[in-house]
Amino acid sequence: MSERDSILTRIREALRLQAPARHGRGLPTLVEQRRVLPPVGKSEADWFALFAKNATELRATCKRVQDLGEVTAALCALRDAEGWRRAATHRGPVAAAQARALALPLMVVEDNSEKHALEQCDVGITECDALVAQTGTVLVTSRTTGGRALTCLPPHHVVLARRDQLVPDLPAAMQLVQQKFGDDYPSMISFITGASRTGDIERILVLGAHGPKKLTIFCY
Amino acid sequence: MTSEEIHLNDALARAGVEVVESDLGEFIVQLRGEPPYHLVFPAMHLTRDEIKEVFAKRLHDAPSNDPEELTMVARRQLRQKYLQADVGITGANFAIAETGMISITENEGNARLTAALPRTMITLMGIEKILPRYADLALFLPMLAVMGTGQALTCYNTMYGGPRQPGEADGPEEFHVVLLDNRRTLVLADVEQRDALGCIRCGACLNVCPVYRNVGGHTYGTVYGGPIGSVLTPHLRGLQEWKHLSYASSLCGACTETCPVGIDIHHHLLRNRRNASAPKTGKPDAWQRLLFKLYAATAARPAFWRLATRFGRFVQRFHGLVKGGALDPVRAWTGTRELPPIARQSFREWWKEHGTHE
Repeated sequence: MSERDSILTRIREALRLQAPARHGRGLPTLVEQRRVLPPVGKSEADWFALFAKNATELRATCKRVQDLGEVTAALCALRDAEGWRRAATHRGPVAAAQARALALPLMVVEDNSEKHALEQCDVGITECDALVAQTGTVLVTSRTTGGRALTCLPPHHVVLARRDQLVPDLPAAMQLVQQKFGDDYPSMISFITGASRTGDIERILVLGAHGPKKLTIFCY
Repeated sequence: MTSEEIHLNDALARAGVEVVESDLGEFIVQLRGEPPYHLVFPAMHLTRDEIKEVFAKRLHDAPSNDPEELTMVARRQLRQKYLQADVGITGANFAIAETGMISITENEGNARLTAALPRTMITLMGIEKILPRYADLALFLPMLAVMGTGQALTCYNTMYGGPRQPGEADGPEEFHVVLLDNRRTLVLADVEQRDALGCIRCGACLNVCPVYRNVGGHTYGTVYGGPIGSVLTPHLRGLQEWKHLSYASSLCGACTETCPVGIDIHHHLLRNRRNASAPKTGKPDAWQRLLFKLYAATAARPAFWRLATRFGRFVQRFHGLVKGGALDPVRAWTGTRELPPIARQSFREWWKEHGTHE
């Protein structure tokens, strides 16, 4: 018998003993989940206001812009202000076009995923799968937003999101992932909530522990 | 924490592998050669100066004691390690049966990088971490964040279902998940305490525990400290050897009250005490039963109690003659501690004197 079989046998044996009733309530349903999670408001305007408030509290920058032209202008301003020298992006049509407009040496991770080169980039520009209003979260995956390292290794992560990608709460985000990917999930699905941070030294908040020090979200 | 449970780092080091902890707090205590102090904040017991000192000594890089600058030192050092490492080892906060994924909760991004850059990814997790449905994460992720760190959601909550897929830009070529029993099935078989396996390691019971807050995480001498550690350790490492943890509790119940998954922690400590004192017969041994019968008989009769108190005050004067020695009836206590003196005046005596003026 393999170790796996013997563990499974021990579990089956153990579960034959009935636990007291208070243990067996089962996990909360969707309705019960929403009852305990923070309220999110009803309209899309409420959701966006909540997303922007949460993201700002997490020291991320969140801007709602009219069109992609405005994104380009804002990105160029950031490039000049922070002195970006190298940028990285993925093959997403919007992200790649915006990154090219920066006129910097550009790394497209599907074409070149050399990790040392990516570590030298000043900014990673990506699309996303959803924004979650309830927590100010950006949802990315390894399939749709350029693998695993692009959204974590460069010191500044810029996210380009469409307005219709905003979902109200976490249960809706989980549903979206299941509807979008069904039985063929990407190898990584990540909920990013603010810039990388730590409180491990005297519980004092420091941004940029290992991941990006800055997170900027443009919603068009 | 699971890797500490099986002493993985020591075993790898003995096999000639360099192991670097990537969480900032874990990295700091690893440099000091210490175990973690807290489930969520491993270096909570250290001041910035102590951290500066260990960075200067071990890394020769400590510009100041500013937490931000110290964090940047670790960031620089560890970035090189992620890029060089052959294998990335992670834990898991949850696993999802429905989709075959693991889920990792973190703030720093160290697990994200550990799972992105090395060629092989290995996840080590206890068998109790499995949730049935993907949708359950909508509750468990914020619950862990709120109870563990007071955030609505931690910075990165990431699910991994396999190695790099065709069409994905990067990621490990191999992904292994190791499910660890290590006597967890014994807890499952204990129907009274089965709910202890629901623990999500948020550390909330440590934060509210008056004992933990006074003695600190290292005093327990266990991987999992605090109230939940005192419940689990006797199961994982032997009841007789670790039963003392269940007695080192005021049973105030703050842990049970705060526990987000409703583990009956302080009653489990009582159950551990019962199980430890009655391993076979289901009853305490004859000597204990006799003592408690005598105690009950005395405590239930005021006249007896008064007499016993007076007698106690009298004989305690001569206790110094035998204290701690073979003739001392309470030497199990006085061998290492002082026996507090019986008060000169009992409350009833005080009341007789002062309490009836009005």
